[in-house]
Amino acid sequence: MTVTPLHPSPTQTQPDRLGRFGTFGGKYVPETLMPALRELEDAIAQYKDDPGFQKELDGLLKDYVGRPSPLYFAERLTQHYAKADGTGVQIYLKREDLNHTGAHKINNALAQVLLAKRMGKVRIIAETGAGQHGVATATVCARFGLKCVIYMGVCDMERQSLNVFRMRLLGATVQPVEAGTGTLKDATSEAIRDWVTNVEDTHYILGSVAGPHPYPMMVRDFHAVIGRETRQQCEEKWGGLPDILLACVGGGSNAIGLFYEFIKDSSVRLIGVEAAGEGAETEKHAATLTKGRPGVLHGAMSYVLQDGEGQIIEAHSLSAGLDYPGVGPEHSYLKDTGRAEYYSVTDGEAVDAFQRLSRLEGIIPALETSHAIAYLETLCPQLEGSPRLIINCSGRGDKDVQTVAKFLDANPK
Amino acid sequence: MLSVSDRLQTLKSQSQCALIPFITAGDPDLETTAKALRILDRAGADIIELGVPYSDPLADGPTIHAAATRALRRGVKLEDVLGVVESVRDEITAPIVLFTYYNPILYRGIEPFLQRIAQAGVKGLVVPDLPLEEAEALLTKGKEVGIELTLLVAPTSPQERIEAIAKQSQGFVYLVSVTGVTGARTEVASRVKDLLPRLHKTTDKAIGVGFGISQPEHAKQMKEWGADAVIVGSAVVKLLAQGTPEEGLKAIEAFCQSLKAAIQ
Repeated sequence: MTVTPLHPSPTQTQPDRLGRFGTFGGKYVPETLMPALRELEDAIAQYKDDPGFQKELDGLLKDYVGRPSPLYFAERLTQHYAKADGTGVQIYLKREDLNHTGAHKINNALAQVLLAKRMGKVRIIAETGAGQHGVATATVCARFGLKCVIYMGVCDMERQSLNVFRMRLLGATVQPVEAGTGTLKDATSEAIRDWVTNVEDTHYILGSVAGPHPYPMMVRDFHAVIGRETRQQCEEKWGGLPDILLACVGGGSNAIGLFYEFIKDSSVRLIGVEAAGEGAETEKHAATLTKGRPGVLHGAMSYVLQDGEGQIIEAHSLSAGLDYPGVGPEHSYLKDTGRAEYYSVTDGEAVDAFQRLSRLEGIIPALETSHAIAYLETLCPQLEGSPRLIINCSGRGDKDVQTVAKFLDANPK
Repeated sequence: MLSVSDRLQTLKSQSQCALIPFITAGDPDLETTAKALRILDRAGADIIELGVPYSDPLADGPTIHAAATRALRRGVKLEDVLGVVESVRDEITAPIVLFTYYNPILYRGIEPFLQRIAQAGVKGLVVPDLPLEEAEALLTKGKEVGIELTLLVAPTSPQERIEAIAKQSQGFVYLVSVTGVTGARTEVASRVKDLLPRLHKTTDKAIGVGFGISQPEHAKQMKEWGADAVIVGSAVVKLLAQGTPEEGLKAIEAFCQSLKAAIQ
């Protein structure tokens, strides 16, 4: 008999001794990396509350990144979804797209580079899908004079050629990865291989809340500034909490950055939107939480897209940043506990939303972000009254205009 | 077939260094894999490591990664690999150690996986993405069905980890000779020279050295530095993949003999 506890246990927000959220997370890496992960854990513990570290980070977040990012009321998007009786969802955008380099990714890249410097590492590596994390990493490496190698799948290099140029302009070496489908999964594997080889002088700036412990926790904590600012901005604007938080989920860094501050506020709905590619029911999607099952990829136990042999399946999404068959372990945990909800939208729906936000608000969102915006189509009609909803506008879409133009040519209305 | 630890202890008591060649199952095809197992056994292999092809082999360099990708493209599945083991188990004396990543094990379930490979005749297991902290279930359940899980020690492992790993490792202790992925290298890592005596001081178990050993001279050097076994992977995989399967089999036979001669 299954007994449902009357008072469900509170949601776990810190990983346990083995780096797990519930059963998800852990460290599934070659032994060579285990001491490096330990070293990283020690460095995090040492600098987390170190006033010198925090002061340097806060100063750079303010003057170099441009934080705090605004919480913007999207008036015309709100009107677009208003109901006949005058009620309707009040939509706000947390403008991470206004950060230096055009996405939330720099919050984490900057903090990790400060940590790497203190750890005495002289070389930085990173993986990138859409190129936003690669650009952010190349940027902070330029700022601190560190050698930088970015691994990027050949397919992504083609669809994000603008970002490839930006990374090279910033002095980084962009290392093409041909294995597999030449996308984010393959770039991540190659970055891990580099790290195994050069672990003694190299720090790996992982760009999502994926990978072995302590990465999911650390990357989350460095993005948690998004949620902290949001809470304060809500307080200033209407003196209360938001009702719904909405964000796209590939690995899940921008989503957890927004959610984390509010996990214990049970009245706040947390919604993550994955990429359904050509459709979650087809074979070409990246809807890991919707269609995957627990497994191990890139060092962590999490939901993974895999076949009947436990081989990892190639994901598909028009958006390079969401084109990944894994997802952060904490998201897997939040899904299983029911604290957060996860849905998916297709390439076509995301492209519609990309255009809608551009026309209604004069904001061209990243294709990744467009997935969160697209989910409004489903969500808004379901909601009653005028709840306050915040979308993490995680990145700007300049990088995606060619991809969208191509998609629209191939899929005329 | 003897267990991996029995085989190595026997050799160790005779002051012999064991040869452990590695091949990727299903490359170029399963039939060649079966033949290769017989040939390696005949040509001096004391234990054979058989790689199960995996889509995302994090610890492998380009040679073994490519071999795995080719095998997967041919549709090779775990059951096929075990079928090959079953077909040769009565003909060869070298115990077979399966080299596989963790996700396919997890997918099957730890106990069903272990029972099935034991039933097929596999004697040992190496899981390169499973560090000590996550290995408890495989270590315990493996023991129940006679599968020895060999753990890896890296050049970066601090002394207390080396001790803990050596204590838990079954079959032998796998010393990774380089900070890096598998793959042939022109020189052997001199750090092994310091690591081997340290490991011997820690444990009575046999120590096998692998990653980057690609020539008879390397194997000889490892033996002189105190290795109880040398593991040669990418170099064998590369030879087997060149030319026709027959040419490949001939090449690995000669190579295996030359490796064996170097450590005798």
